[in-house]
This record gives sequence, structure tokens and C-alpha cells, in this order.
Amino acid sequence: MFDAPKFAETKVTNNDIKIAARKVQVYYGDTHAIKDVDVDILDKTVTAFIGPSGCGKSTFLRCINRMNDTIDICRVMGDILIDGEDIYDKKVDPVQLRAKVGMVFQKPNPFPKSIYDNVAYGPRIHGLARTKADLDEIVEKSLRRAALWNEAKDRLDQPGTGLSGGQQQRLCIARAVATSPEVLLMDEPCSALDPIATAQVEELIDELRQEFSVVIVTHSMQQAARVSQKTAFFHLGHLVEFGDTGQIFTNPKDERTESYITGRIG
Amino acid sequence: MTDLTSSGAVPAPRKGSLLTQDERTKRRNAKEARFRMMGLIAVTIGVLSLVGLLTSILASGLSSFQQTYVELEVYLDPAKLDKKGERNLDDIAKVTTFGYAPLIDAAMTAAMERAGVSSDLNAKAAGELISKEAPASLRDYVLANPDRIGETVSFDLLAAGRIDGFFKGRVTMASAELDRNVSPEQLQLAQQLKEAGILTTKFNWAFFTAPDASDTRPEAAGLGVAIIGSAYMMLIVLVLSLPLGVAASIYLEEFAPKNRWTDLIEVNISNLAAVPSIVFGILGLAIFINMVGLPQSAPVVGGLVLTLMTLPTIIIATRAALKSVPPSIRDAALGVGASKMQAIFHHVLPLAMPGILTGAIIGLAQALGETAPLLLIGMVAFVREYPAGPPEGFFDPAAALPVQVYNWTQRGDPAFVERASGAIIVLLVFLVIMNIAAILLRKRFERRW
Amino acid sequence: MSTGYITLIVLGLCGLGFFLGRARALATSRATGKKLHSLPNYYGQAVALFTAVPALLLMLAWLFLQPLMIEGRIGGMIPDSVIPEGGAKSLVMADVRRIADGLDALMVAGHMSESDLDAMRADFTDVRNRLGNVGVALGSDVPVPVFEAAKELRKSQNSGRFLMTIAVLGLAGALLVWSWVRVHPDQRARNASETFVLSLLIGASLVAILTTFGIVASLLFETINFFKMYPAADFFFSTVWNPQFRGGSDLGILPLLWGTLYVSFLALLVAVPLGLMIAIYLAEYASKPLRAIAKPAIEVLAGIPTIVYGLFALITVGPFLRDYIASPLGLGTSSSSVLTAGLVMGIMLIPFVSSLSDDIINAVPQSMRDGSYGLGATKSETIKQVILPAALPGVVGAILLAASRAIGETMIVVMGAGAAAKLGLNPFEAMTTITVKIVSQLTGDTEFASPETLVAFALGLTLFVFTLGLNVIALVIVRKYREQYE
Repeated sequence: MFDAPKFAETKVTNNDIKIAARKVQVYYGDTHAIKDVDVDILDKTVTAFIGPSGCGKSTFLRCINRMNDTIDICRVMGDILIDGEDIYDKKVDPVQLRAKVGMVFQKPNPFPKSIYDNVAYGPRIHGLARTKADLDEIVEKSLRRAALWNEAKDRLDQPGTGLSGGQQQRLCIARAVATSPEVLLMDEPCSALDPIATAQVEELIDELRQEFSVVIVTHSMQQAARVSQKTAFFHLGHLVEFGDTGQIFTNPKDERTESYITGRIG
Repeated sequence: MTDLTSSGAVPAPRKGSLLTQDERTKRRNAKEARFRMMGLIAVTIGVLSLVGLLTSILASGLSSFQQTYVELEVYLDPAKLDKKGERNLDDIAKVTTFGYAPLIDAAMTAAMERAGVSSDLNAKAAGELISKEAPASLRDYVLANPDRIGETVSFDLLAAGRIDGFFKGRVTMASAELDRNVSPEQLQLAQQLKEAGILTTKFNWAFFTAPDASDTRPEAAGLGVAIIGSAYMMLIVLVLSLPLGVAASIYLEEFAPKNRWTDLIEVNISNLAAVPSIVFGILGLAIFINMVGLPQSAPVVGGLVLTLMTLPTIIIATRAALKSVPPSIRDAALGVGASKMQAIFHHVLPLAMPGILTGAIIGLAQALGETAPLLLIGMVAFVREYPAGPPEGFFDPAAALPVQVYNWTQRGDPAFVERASGAIIVLLVFLVIMNIAAILLRKRFERRW
Repeated sequence: MSTGYITLIVLGLCGLGFFLGRARALATSRATGKKLHSLPNYYGQAVALFTAVPALLLMLAWLFLQPLMIEGRIGGMIPDSVIPEGGAKSLVMADVRRIADGLDALMVAGHMSESDLDAMRADFTDVRNRLGNVGVALGSDVPVPVFEAAKELRKSQNSGRFLMTIAVLGLAGALLVWSWVRVHPDQRARNASETFVLSLLIGASLVAILTTFGIVASLLFETINFFKMYPAADFFFSTVWNPQFRGGSDLGILPLLWGTLYVSFLALLVAVPLGLMIAIYLAEYASKPLRAIAKPAIEVLAGIPTIVYGLFALITVGPFLRDYIASPLGLGTSSSSVLTAGLVMGIMLIPFVSSLSDDIINAVPQSMRDGSYGLGATKSETIKQVILPAALPGVVGAILLAASRAIGETMIVVMGAGAAAKLGLNPFEAMTTITVKIVSQLTGDTEFASPETLVAFALGLTLFVFTLGLNVIALVIVRKYREQYE
């Protein structure tokens, strides 16, 4: 499975544009972290952001569900449209946006609550379940979708922090999936996991593509090649190249992309 | 492969537009705003409590720094003060304060005549405008200057507490009707005297220097003994707790092996820091007074008790200061062949000194305001004698600032509430000075590595 | 010789020892041609330390033990016949001490010589009058055995003082000579003096242990005395607190315990919600300038002495509650009440709860917050459902610490809660607490060896055990919590 980069299926012919970013600039105080990024992210597709560390890929990812709002010194300019609506519009409530655009973080961060409550947290705050039975169903569906149901079904009332690292990350994915988002952002979801857990999560990502538009930041090129259909290469805050994963890895147009792929910068 | 630019049509949002808030989000945001408002209210209440506390103390205490005096020309009548006329001190001393009261009454009448102030009151009632403390201070003056007998000397005598209270708004005509100690006529007379310039309000230096006074003479009560007592105790606390605390911290931080014994000491220290202060008072009473036989009400006992209370604070602060000195400094000293003791005393300790001193000042400030343990070791006693100079004075009875406050609140006359609040202001001023010193020290010696 | 002079002489010897030791080290090194093991100053330092420290320690121990030993012996000299009806030996002993002091004063004033005193008999001379002349007033005429005991006490004190002077100065001198003789280039003076210093450091760290030991011992000792006079069951289970001057008191702790817990409960009711909300607001919401002002302002509350709060309760809060709430509603007419004390104590505790909670809330990792925001939670939802549950153990620890403060607080309740021991529910009534009664029983005029006074020690022990328990639990919880996120 790890021997050669296999390319994910790339039949994405009729997918719609889910997220469109135009001339996005991000400043941290005086630092210009993201410069003029234009990108279109398709529905029901896995898009990978790659690039050397500090290139701005995570920063850009956090712009998509306005997680950068929680950082005081961060300013975002330009337009990011989801389904044609500008998410930085004054009328947009980030709370509502984040229900639509879920996120999974680098380090598994289950809440110090039971597994059940972890998954039920999102549906509860967004009022997605009317009855306890509804909620049970959502929890089960989400855990199944995150391929954790079989391991967790007998210990739903035990703390989520008691799971192994890979299980914790899948729990976080289940938690994100439970609010039925339309886009799922993943910030290096496997960087804290061992290879077996990584494989499980990657498999999961491929399945999530059936329903969501998935954006994944990774610094493992193999991972990008394995799970994504589209790849964006970031360098020093610029989006250098964006295209089909197969094309980026086999036939990069920009020489910086090539240098990175062949390991000369990184 | 898809062509990226041949963009698909924009789909309709699946869950409704982001640009309009749904009902639930509105409700949640309202809840958020309420929660935030509650936090803001809590902060406001906290800050307002502080403001309220300080205003209430200032409002009732600031007036104690002003005092009403009566300027009188008193004729020191030899017929009354020294009947034999030999100027023999022993004979003069036989005249008690009762012998001086008529002189003051006479001087009062004379002053009223001179100022053209008339009143229906008799001489005695007019004389009651003057504090009962006045004859005593007159007598002290005569005993100190027997040669002035027969002359007319100008004195600034304390006005009685009720008269003083009248000018500070505490006593009114209405309240005087019901008061046995003062009549409305006396207040009117006081008002006239004030207009005539005989009665004046001045800065109350005596408040800082005079000793306590009895229940009926709030106007004469001062903080002199209490300030000396508190100063003595702080001296003892500083001299004992700083070396002890620093020595203990050096051992625990730098030398102590990590074992159960040092663990025990550490747990002990953190628990001592949280033992109620009154328990230290019981300790002082049982050990220092009953067992060792040190005198009650003495600054030495108070100092010892407060030392034990301050030690944990100083130890905790010193250890933090020692910890903050980077190990590289120790390594550098050890590297050139210094012994561990030399490395610590020559290099680490001087660098940690600002932190240690800051901790010590904060510990002292706590000790200065501590009241409960001092009550138990007898510092509530009524002390009018100034303690002697140190070190004998450490064993003399004395008061302490916070205990003096408590003492005054237990008295009947409402004028003592003003005194108590004034004493609190003095105490707070000392605390503010100490804390500013600590802050400046910290700023001045900000870590430079 | 007074202790002050002895100390000065010992310190003088100490300084002398430093120079002598240093000089001898340099001289012997020159004479023998050997290089000194340590710097010359260390030789001086070693001699100085050996001279001063043991001698001063001896003096301290002597000062501590001498009264114990002499008083025990003198106490034996007093027959029961001179102890007045209903009085106690301790009172007679106090007289003995005062007479002895008075005799000293007579001696100093030159009214009497040692030989006069030896010849003086209580039944022939008017001791009371003569002592009165030097300012020692006695209540009644002096019985012969008491006067003899006083003479004996004086004599023992004087001879004890004399012996101490000899012993302390002798020890200092002997050690000075001994350590001076030992000065030699090969001597490891630095190591010797460092070992000495180290033992001083260890000694200093033992003071903390000694303090705890002193607290426990003094409380236990007198509590046992108390329970010999008053049944423990009555103390712990009686609901009546009614001390009498002449015996027959009811000394049940329950009303006091009730008052203590009631006041503390009200205080926590004020302090916990306010403190927590303040901590949350300052940690999660407040803008930088607001935080820069509000945080120190709240912390100032912790630095204000409790007597200030007591006065605040007495002159402002108490009358306010009485005039505007209690009286109009017909709930009470007392300005000191449980509510007054509880409210003011609550204000005092705000910074304890808020600053500890602030630390604890800040210790919750950012990833928790991100996880919650990432799911579309609002700030308040994140705080209530993620941060607080995660911080709960630490916050509980902070609350327990505040509770222990509240239970042990004295001045606010002395000045705000009142003195009536009552088991009631009306918060506008005056009630009293354990600490108030410790103060009133120990500052009253009752005789020390009576149950009415000794009960204060039993109350103190109860208080100590209570607060210690709370502190230990709180510290364990907080420590566990910190480890969880480290």
C-alpha cells in the first residue's frame, strides 16, 4: 500500500465548484502570510494543499471556515465564496458557517467527555436532533461513517480521551461529520498518527468524498497523491500551481513545484 | 481530467443561505450576548466593590486628618497652680487636672468677651466646648515650664469631640437635642466662635503622634503608639523572616535531595501558607506567652507570630526567584571551579535578590495588615505609654495599626468610627507605598538575560 | 548581664575570631611554606562561625527552657492553703512573678539591698505597701509562702541568668580557641565552613516543620486539658453555646459551626459565580486595555487587609442592609448579620476564585477551543460545555481553597456577623462563628485554666483540622489537574 504512490481516481467530471477563492490576502500583524490566492474547490472531491512548512497552506485552510477570526491580529482580504456566497460578508455568522464547513485538526483533540457526548456535541448545539432516538441515530451514523462504530459501540459512555491516537482522530472526524457539513477541512489529520492509523484515516477520507467536499492540508506528498484528486502547491504564501493530482505529481508546470516534488525544497 | 475553467454552475445551497441567520442561530447568538453581558456585569461588580470599599473608607475617614482647635490665651494663675509660690515641682504636681479646668473656663469667657461673642451659657458650659484632654495637656505644659506660671500663654486646645463632629457634619442641631454631651446652644456658640476665628480647623498632626485616648475623648485619640508598635513588629519580622526564609529556600531549592523528608517540608510550607491566621495567634499565646513567658501586648511576641506567618510567603517567593535564575549561571560558576555554595552565594543569590526582596515586601505588607492573631496575644490592650526605644521597647506593651482600628470600632462614641477609618487610610497608605516599592523593584531589576 | 550584652559580646568574639583565624592561616602558611587549601577568608569564617553560632543557639535554648524549669520547681513551693477559694494556682504564680519583679524594682531604686531582702519576712514587713511604691500593685496582703516563693524565684532567675552568661560566653570562648588552634594550611577550611553553612540552611528549613509542630502541639495539649474538664460529647453534639463566668457553661460547638458554615456558604454564593464569571470574561472576552485595568483592580481586593473589610461591613454594608432591606421587610433589626458578613467576605474571596480560575482556564489547551469552534459552537457554548468541564477539577480546587479561607476568616465575622450563638435560618439575624468565639474566649477576663478559656483551643483545633483537610484536598486536586495538561 505504501510502495508506490497510487493516484486516486480522478473522474470528477461533473462536480460543481463548491468554494471559490479570489485574490485572498492574509496578514498576521505586519506579516503578509497569504498573497493573492485564487482557487476553485469542487464538490465531492478531495483537494490537497501541499507545500513546505510555513508556506501558508494551513493559514489558507483556516480562512475557509473563518477559524482565523479567533486570532486577534489576523486580517483576511479578498473573497471566498461558498455556493456563491461570500463568507466574509458582514451578514454571515461564523457559527453558521462552521456548521457547514467542518474541520479536523492536526492533533486529535477529543473533548474530555464520553465518546457519545463528543459526537453528539455538534448536533446538540446546532439542534439537529429532536429526540434522543434521533441523536442516537446521528451518533451511530457518524461513528459508522468514521469507521469507529465497531470499536466504540460498547464503550460509548467512556471518555474519548481514553482511545488510541488513531481512534481519537477518527472520533474527531465522526464529531465533525455529525453536524452534516458540506465541506470538511482537514489540517494535517495524520501527522500525529502511526502508519496503520494513517492508512485507516486515509481510507476514510476517500469514502467521505462520496458526500463532502474535502480539503486536506498535508506535508506528505505520498498522502496527497494517495487521497486527493486535486492538488494545490503553496510556496511562501503564493499558490504556485493548482491542478489534477496526477498532473501535478507527474508533470508539474512550475519549476518550484517540480523542485518540491523531487525533494529539492521542503 | 476536467477542465478547471469550465466551471460548473453554482448550485443552490443545500441548507439555506449563509447570508441569512436562521432562528436557532439568532437564539444562540442572543444567548452568547447575554453570557458575555453577565461576564461584563461580574467584572463591573468586582471593580465597583473595590471602588465602593475605598470610597466608603475614605468618606468616613478623611475628616480625621482635620481637627478643630480653640485658640485661647490662658492665664496660668499662680493662686491656683502654685499656692506656696515656691515653684517647687512636687507641689505643682499635686494640682490635678481638675485644678486646671477653671483656668480654661476663664480663658474661654475672656476670649468670648474679646471677640464680642455673647451667649446665655455659663462659663462652665462654654468651657465644655474644650476637650477634657485640654487640662491634661495644660498641666503637662506647666510641669515642663514651671517658670511660666503667672504669665498668660497662648494655647491651641483641642475642641471637644462633639464640637469637632459638628463642623464635620457628624453632629447636628437635631442630634444635639437628644445628646447629653452637647446642647444646641453650645453648637451655636461654637459656630459664632468659628466666625470670630477663635475656633479653627487645622491639619491633625496629633493623629499621627498622640497615643490612644479614653472612651470619652475621641478628639485626642491618635496612632502614635500603634505606629511605633507596628514599626517594631515589622522590624522584627524583616530581621527574622528574611534570613530564615532565604536560608530555607536555598536549602530546599538548591541542596535538598528529592526524598520523602523534603517532600514533607514542601507540603508543610504550602499548608502553613493556608492555615487561618487566628491559629497562629493561638500558637503565639500558648508558646510565646504561656510557655516561654514573654510579656503580653509586646511587639516582640507579635513580631514572632507574624514572622512565622510571613515565612511561607517569603519562602515561596524566594524559591520562585531562585528558580528563575537560568542554570547556565550556575554552570558557568561551577565550570571555573567554584564550589556549589560559592556559586549560589556569589552568583545565583545576587541575581535572585530583586525577586526575593519583592516577595519580602509583599510578605511584610500582609503582616502589616494582619489583625486576628494580634488580638489573641493581647495587643488590644489600652496602651497610652510610648514603648521605649529598641531593643527594650520590643518588650513594652504597644498597640498595632490594624488592632487599633478594631479597638476603636468597639468604642461607643461615633467619633471613633471616623478615627478608625482614618487609621485604615494610614494603614492603606503604608501598604500602597510598600507595594509600589515592590513594583518599582521588580521593574528596575527586570531580568536582563 | 542582659541578653543584649551577651549577644554583643558573642558577636564581638565572632569578629575577633574571623581576624585571628585569617591571620593565623596566613602566618602558618608563610611559616611552613605550604599553600593554603582555601582562601584565607574561609579560615576566618570557619573560626567565626564556630565561635558565634553554637553559643547563640545555646543562649536561645536556655532562654526558652529556664522559665519552664524554674517555674515547675517554684510551683511546688506553693501549698494549696494559699490558693484562694475558686481560684487557681496559675493566678498565684502570676502574683509570685509580679512580686519578684517588684523586688527587682526595689533593688534598682535603691530602697533595699540583697541582705535586707534575705532578712525580710512577709509577716513582719508591709510588703504590699513597699511594692506599691515602685508601681507594683497587689490585690491583697502577701501570704508567707507566696513571698518566699517570690524570693526563691528571683534568686533562681538571677542565678540562672548568671549561669547562662558563664555558659554562653565560655562556650564561645572555648570554641574560638579550639577552632583557632585547628587553623592549618592543610585544613579544608572552605569545606568546613560550607558544611557549617549547609547545616544552618537545613536548620532554617526546619522552622516550617517546627511551626506546624508547635501549632499542633499547643492546640492538642490544651484541648486535652479542656476535655478533662468538659465532656467531649457535649462539646461536639450540644446545640447550646452559653459560657458562664462561674462554671456550669454550655459549650456546644454546633451553633458556632452552623454560623461558620452559613456565613461561608453565603460568601461562596457571592464569590464563586462572580469570581468565575470574572475569570471567564477576562480570559476569553476582555479586550487588552480592559484586562490591563480590571485584572489588577480585582487583584487589589486580595491585598487589602481583612480589617478593612471588617470596617466596611461594620460602617457601610451592615447599616445599609438593615435600613433598606431587613427593617422594611421586618426581617431583623441588627446591623451585624450573617448576610453582612457573608456579602463582604464574598467580595474578599472574589480574587481568590478569579485568579486561580483564570490560571486554570488558561491551562485548558487551545486545541480544545479550536475543536469546539471548528464545529460551529459559539464562545459561550465552548466555555460552558468544553472549557469549564475540562477545567472543572481545577476550579473545584480553587473553590475549596476559597472555602477554607472563608472558614478561617476572623476579622470580617468579628465585626460583621455578631456574637450571638444561634441555630437559625434568617440571614438577617446576627449569628456567630468559631473564629469569633476563639477571639472572645481568649480575650475575655476568664481565668486561663477554666473550660471557658480552654474551649478556644478545642475550637482552634477543630478549625485547624477543617481547613487543613480542605487545603490538602484542594492541593491534591489542583496538582492532579495541572499534571493532566503538562
